[in-house]
Amino acid sequence: MTKIEAVIQTSKLEAVKTALHDIGVEGMTVLEARGHGRQKGHTEFYRGREYTVDLIPKIKLEMVLADDMVERAVDAIVNAARSGQIGDGKIFLSKVDEAIRIRNQERGNAAL
Amino acid sequence: MFADKRGVKVLLTLLFLWIAAYSAFPQTSSSLTSAGSESQTERITRLEQAVTEAKNSADNSWMLVSSALVLLMTGPGLALFYGGLVRKKNVLATMMQSFALMAIVTILWALVGYSLSFGTGNSFIGAFDHIFLRGVGLLPDADYSATIPQQTFMVYQLMFAIITPALITGAFAERMKFSAMVLFMILWSIVVYDPMAHMVWGKGGLLNAALGGRFPTLDFAGGTVVHVTSGVSALVCALYLGKRVGYPREPMPPHSVVLSFIGACLLWVGWFGFNAGSALAAGPLATSAFVATHFGAAAAVVGWAGAEWIRNGKPSTLGAVSGAVAGLVAITPAAGFVSPMSALAIGLIAGVVCYLMVAQVKARLGYDDSLDAFGVHGTGGTIGALLTGVFASRAINPIFKDAQGNITGLGVVDGNAGQLLNQFVGVVIGWVLAAVGTLVILKVVDLTIGLRVPEGHEIQGLDLSQHGEEGYNFEVSA
Repeated sequence: MTKIEAVIQTSKLEAVKTALHDIGVEGMTVLEARGHGRQKGHTEFYRGREYTVDLIPKIKLEMVLADDMVERAVDAIVNAARSGQIGDGKIFLSKVDEAIRIRNQERGNAAL
Repeated sequence: MFADKRGVKVLLTLLFLWIAAYSAFPQTSSSLTSAGSESQTERITRLEQAVTEAKNSADNSWMLVSSALVLLMTGPGLALFYGGLVRKKNVLATMMQSFALMAIVTILWALVGYSLSFGTGNSFIGAFDHIFLRGVGLLPDADYSATIPQQTFMVYQLMFAIITPALITGAFAERMKFSAMVLFMILWSIVVYDPMAHMVWGKGGLLNAALGGRFPTLDFAGGTVVHVTSGVSALVCALYLGKRVGYPREPMPPHSVVLSFIGACLLWVGWFGFNAGSALAAGPLATSAFVATHFGAAAAVVGWAGAEWIRNGKPSTLGAVSGAVAGLVAITPAAGFVSPMSALAIGLIAGVVCYLMVAQVKARLGYDDSLDAFGVHGTGGTIGALLTGVFASRAINPIFKDAQGNITGLGVVDGNAGQLLNQFVGVVIGWVLAAVGTLVILKVVDLTIGLRVPEGHEIQGLDLSQHGEEGYNFEVSA
């Protein structure tokens, strides 16, 4: 089992969600997040005072998938979230030891 | 289904027509019969009385609406405007300061405030003749307004006494103890507001332009009484209390420009009661003040947002609404004395100058006037009071007469250059009274209960530390 954490532009959420549904991903968790990578923030002015906003609103998707699904899911996210500009985001993959469904305590891939 | 709806419509229309006809006809016939049995003189007397009553009722209804409009400026207007400008953790504490003053100043006004402001006293302060509102009944006090009950006048003036200290709260926002705020404001109302209101508007007041003051200062709706006093006191508070923890190192942007926007729009609407209501009647002078108010605000929006556009490359929403408030402040003393074109000029100047004050001068001088109470009200009030001496015109309000009873000029453009000096005297007295009074009160409160919250409480936020609640709760649905 692999956990996919993808940080994407807020405007790409619908497209990414649809792409993932299309390849059969059944569940995900979506978080409103703020952060920055190489993308610089922007400046805001309030009554003449300049504020640098370097933590930019982002969407973070989390999902745990069976290993044979992972590459397809990564492709789906990349294709849907890419604009080619700085700030498109990143995808992180990590191994997951166990998954447990709370309702009936199924374990492993059956719980996903 | 369709037919049902139409049936109800027809029924309602018939019902409405029947009620209208029923209530119109009997009245006409009964008044005709009573007219026949009285003499000509009696009838004329009765008609004269009816005309006076009608005029008085018209004035009174406008003044009651105006009173409500001025209260609307403090809550929710100012509370939202200021509440949006602070950080999330201080939103309730900031709103509460305005709201608490609505209650506290009201009680104080009934006990002593009205008497000290509008009682018959000396040149500087009213006497105790109206203490506990004694003698403030439903008959007019002709010295102030011959057509409205004195209670209407009293409650209208109360709304001014509420918003003036509420304006100061912007200077010490996010760091003052609630208890200290309460004590400070009680003392401030008595020591600064009441004397200033008496000097400018009270019987025999030193600066009263309508009732024979030594230096007749033109202040239609409170440029000196409200905005100079609150603005200058705000500056003294900001300097005395010192900066907020982390200022200016940490960014402290407004937590919700949306709230501030709504608040500023409500202030604009309420200001019609503030300025046009200051005519104390529903006649043409109220219209003139209403129009000048609106034009002043509009021009200042263009002034502030335009200056910002040139300097930062973008006109901001917060800049536009701040400009409106600055213009409304500046037009306040002038409202009942200037033409619409002069109002545009005053607003434009105020919009640009207030922007420069908050965006450049404040940053250079380094004081932390959290929400720019001085930058907007002190600056705008001072500019407005002085420009009133320039633009005031007898064509709008023939208030000055010479010994023979001829109407004379008001401002510089009206051929009365000396008025600028009187305006200057009024402004200086406002500045000195506010600065000295505020400094003394701050010292007293500081030595008795202390002014600032402990640093830990300031970091935690005043909502939690002062009031035990939060403005925005994380909701967990059950």
